[in-house]
Amino acid sequence: MSRSKALAVKYLAAAVLFFGVMTLAGLLSATYYINPDFLFGYLHFSTAKILHIDTMIIWLLMGFMGAVYWFLPDEFGCEPAGIAAAEILFWVFVAAVLVVAAIFLFVQWGPAIESTLWLFQQGRKYVEAPRWAAIGIAAVMLVFAWNVIGTALKAHRITGLMAVMSVNMVPLVLLYLIALPKIDNMAVDLYWWWWLVHLWVEATWEILISCIMALTIMRLLGTSRRIVEGWLYIEISLVLGTGILGLGHHYFWIGTPDYWLGIGGFFSALEPLPLLGMVVHAVYDAGVHRMRTTNRPAFYWTLAEAFGNFLGGGVFGFMITLPQLNLFAHGTQWTVSHGHFAFWGAYACGVLSVCYIALQEQRRLATVDGPGWIWAFVLLNGGLVGMVGSLLIAGMAQAFFERAIGGSTLDAFIAGQENPWFRLGIYSRFGFGLMFAAGYLTLAWNLLAVGRQQSAAVARAVPAE
Amino acid sequence: MQIDDPAFWRAGAISTTVVMSAVLVMLTIDSLAAISPGGSHVPPYTVINVHIGYAYDGKLGRDMPVLGADEPLFGKPVTEAEAAALIERGKLVIQSRACMDCHTFMGNGAYYAPDLTKAWLDPAWDAWTAITGAQTKDDAMARFLMAPDQYATWQRKMPNLGISWQEAQATVAYLKWLSAIDTNGFPIHFGRIKVSQ
Repeated sequence: MSRSKALAVKYLAAAVLFFGVMTLAGLLSATYYINPDFLFGYLHFSTAKILHIDTMIIWLLMGFMGAVYWFLPDEFGCEPAGIAAAEILFWVFVAAVLVVAAIFLFVQWGPAIESTLWLFQQGRKYVEAPRWAAIGIAAVMLVFAWNVIGTALKAHRITGLMAVMSVNMVPLVLLYLIALPKIDNMAVDLYWWWWLVHLWVEATWEILISCIMALTIMRLLGTSRRIVEGWLYIEISLVLGTGILGLGHHYFWIGTPDYWLGIGGFFSALEPLPLLGMVVHAVYDAGVHRMRTTNRPAFYWTLAEAFGNFLGGGVFGFMITLPQLNLFAHGTQWTVSHGHFAFWGAYACGVLSVCYIALQEQRRLATVDGPGWIWAFVLLNGGLVGMVGSLLIAGMAQAFFERAIGGSTLDAFIAGQENPWFRLGIYSRFGFGLMFAAGYLTLAWNLLAVGRQQSAAVARAVPAE
Repeated sequence: MQIDDPAFWRAGAISTTVVMSAVLVMLTIDSLAAISPGGSHVPPYTVINVHIGYAYDGKLGRDMPVLGADEPLFGKPVTEAEAAALIERGKLVIQSRACMDCHTFMGNGAYYAPDLTKAWLDPAWDAWTAITGAQTKDDAMARFLMAPDQYATWQRKMPNLGISWQEAQATVAYLKWLSAIDTNGFPIHFGRIKVSQ
């Protein structure tokens, strides 16, 4: 196996591990809604929440990197440029994540001085990691970008897919730098913060996962590069054509001028279009190939990616994106419902698909199948959809009782949180969270066990090169 | 170039991205001017020296901040430089204590605790002034921030985050300034409805 693929396996393994940490921290966060006194004085909701959302970013990012390192040597026919630096940075990356997690757990906060932001906590949602760690992630991104761009230069050839990925590396590195400055003015701070959250996560990540899924479909179904690349360009046109100004739906209420109500509402209402394109693409390709594949789990996770992205990002996003509705739904559990579905559909399913593709080649399996992955697939997707539905009920109760009827004061907030519909949603979310966690354990076991016996048999029959 | 040629769609992707990015840059330049302190939507930091209200504006069709007579924080008017220093420290408190990972600001954050966009204007502070034994709203807010675990708000208590008196004053100043930002009517109806528990 090439050095790049060996590194990919490490990244994918780390991604699955941090996926577990994210799930555990999510269950912990859900517990506080049911029992607010849980660990009070030792470990607060904010720490659990930070661990939940930050490990989500980390495991997805590691999953993307694993996927890219996996496909890179196949695309260029050589080892990536700067592979030695990438191998070292993997361990630096993992160590830094563990140190930051320890700081969050045991230090939690510091005094209101600049050095707190450097050493312990930056305190901006998704950007809680201290500056030293944010600089480290930027360095990892820089080397990752060089691995892709430098390899294209080294190989003296480039495919359309890799050209898109290479160009995408530039905003992937630059937009992350928004994680560093402290801006006193909350309106300006949130303005740039949304460039990081929307344009980095929802645009550059969307392009990156589109490239990864294109490579996945070629691998799984044998779809021609010409068709896949044509679709990729159409998707980029739609994603960036609607998404760049669709950013405006985050600028309705942060102090920005009211022209964003029209611009953000209009363009973000169009954002489901590229996601619908993905569904059409996936269904057509699957039908043409009569659902035949040698790797069923990878294939089904790819389908889940297409449908999950469309429903979670597109349909659930559209529900709350128009300003007339967003005025009431904004900042409630309704947003959380959309967020869970969107991240799951847009990114997580795609990473899991690549895990099974890598596993098939690494263990030299003719086919990947069996009941284990089906259980994991059903429990994870069932748990996720259940959580999304529960949070939707809680969020709608909040929108009605806290926002529309109550007027969003402290008393209205408490009335909303104690509303029986809200409570029902919160308890139900916890139950489906347990189902999701069971799905995670099944997935982890399946990834470890699948094809081990078959692999050993193949290895005996076909000696390793 | 034909429609089934990927190069056709590549040209479309590049031109769409360039045009949309250019429009975003232009809108960003205009928006940043509007949201800088003293801009059309964000007041200067010295707004903490005056009374701030929130009322429905029939002409605009939405709730708007209303600035009134002198009402200095903690009974002492501040200069422009002193106001800027308070806001800087207030923001440091908000970030160093990860307030956004329980609360929300302008609806952005963690949804576990109340939105703080208009917290300064919350009618609940009338009762909390008596509960904390303070004489004024600003004093009550500072006392609460320094020892929130001593005051049982409801089932969910705010933990003690070791906030000092100076840090609490700066946080109150920040919340007062924040309440004067024109947020296009968010949150709607704030403070104009009595909630019966």
